[in-house]
Amino acid sequence: MKFAVVVFPGSNCDHDAYHAITHVLGQDADLVWHKDTSLASADAVILPGGFAHGDYLRTGAIARFSPIMQAVTRFAAAGGPVLGICNGFQVLLEAGLLPGAMLRNRDLHFRCEFLHVRVEQTDTPFTAACQPGQLMQVPIAHGDGNYYAEPEVIARLERNRQVVFRYVSRTGAETDEANPNGSLNNIAGICNEARNVVGLMPHPERACELAVGSADGLVVFESALKWDRSTKSVMGSGVV
Amino acid sequence: MQARVFVTLKPSVFDPQGTTVAEALHTLGYASVRDVRQGKYFELEIDAPSPEEAVRLASEAADKLLSNPVIESYRIEVVDGGAGASVANRSAGPSAPAKVAR
Repeated sequence: MKFAVVVFPGSNCDHDAYHAITHVLGQDADLVWHKDTSLASADAVILPGGFAHGDYLRTGAIARFSPIMQAVTRFAAAGGPVLGICNGFQVLLEAGLLPGAMLRNRDLHFRCEFLHVRVEQTDTPFTAACQPGQLMQVPIAHGDGNYYAEPEVIARLERNRQVVFRYVSRTGAETDEANPNGSLNNIAGICNEARNVVGLMPHPERACELAVGSADGLVVFESALKWDRSTKSVMGSGVV
Repeated sequence: MQARVFVTLKPSVFDPQGTTVAEALHTLGYASVRDVRQGKYFELEIDAPSPEEAVRLASEAADKLLSNPVIESYRIEVVDGGAGASVANRSAGPSAPAKVAR
């Protein structure tokens, strides 16, 4: 399986994602510069964390106009799996590929810590290998992760099961204390209606080996691999 | 001419920075400051044949880039030498027509 990891000027988790995919998961990954216009033959796209274009204006606001984003939008529209991690999630929001927006963290602090999220949905390309309700210990590192959308949008996300990850306590309880940034409904990650575009604020790619404190995030990439194989086997059987 | 674009968070959106600034003002003794909302201010130098055209262009820029319609609204003033100002207010997304007043 081949991943495309998009590199914006100011991305700083691109190599973490590349490392997780190639050295830990054992799959292929291409680093794709934001001025490129093609994703070539990628099976999945990662928009990594960082501070694309310095986070000038708003997080992700300039990056959404990078030339590669037209290819990402086409790829997503065709059903291709797209994962936005942290700043990548913010880019997906600004690009309108996911609903809502990010506000400053409610305490105005840049929060950099390990915490727990609960996997709410397992029918997305990036949670397909998870157990329903699975807890993951993963780090966050952001100043603008306070997820906001109009009440009717939040209601629609809940109704359509588009909330994919939620901040919870270490025992899995959805409490205000476990919410690091003030996100509505403890939302840590969502997907689009078609469920192929997923964004989350925590960094699964930084938690893929016990040597760095947790390997809980690896399942996100294993999910993509499982999803890719099942999609291709379906397509294969269709031909036969 | 110059278009001035004021971008602010919608009233329904919590503004932790504004709240913090208000608290600091209270600490300084300005008890009469009830609330503070923080925003962004842009000055666009535009070559346009008329203030209306400058407002139209600035509105487009605000819709596409300067503001995020999910959380923000904006107001535009155009200053054209001594000819007075044109103003446009926008609180919704790109579909709402710009109000131009002279």
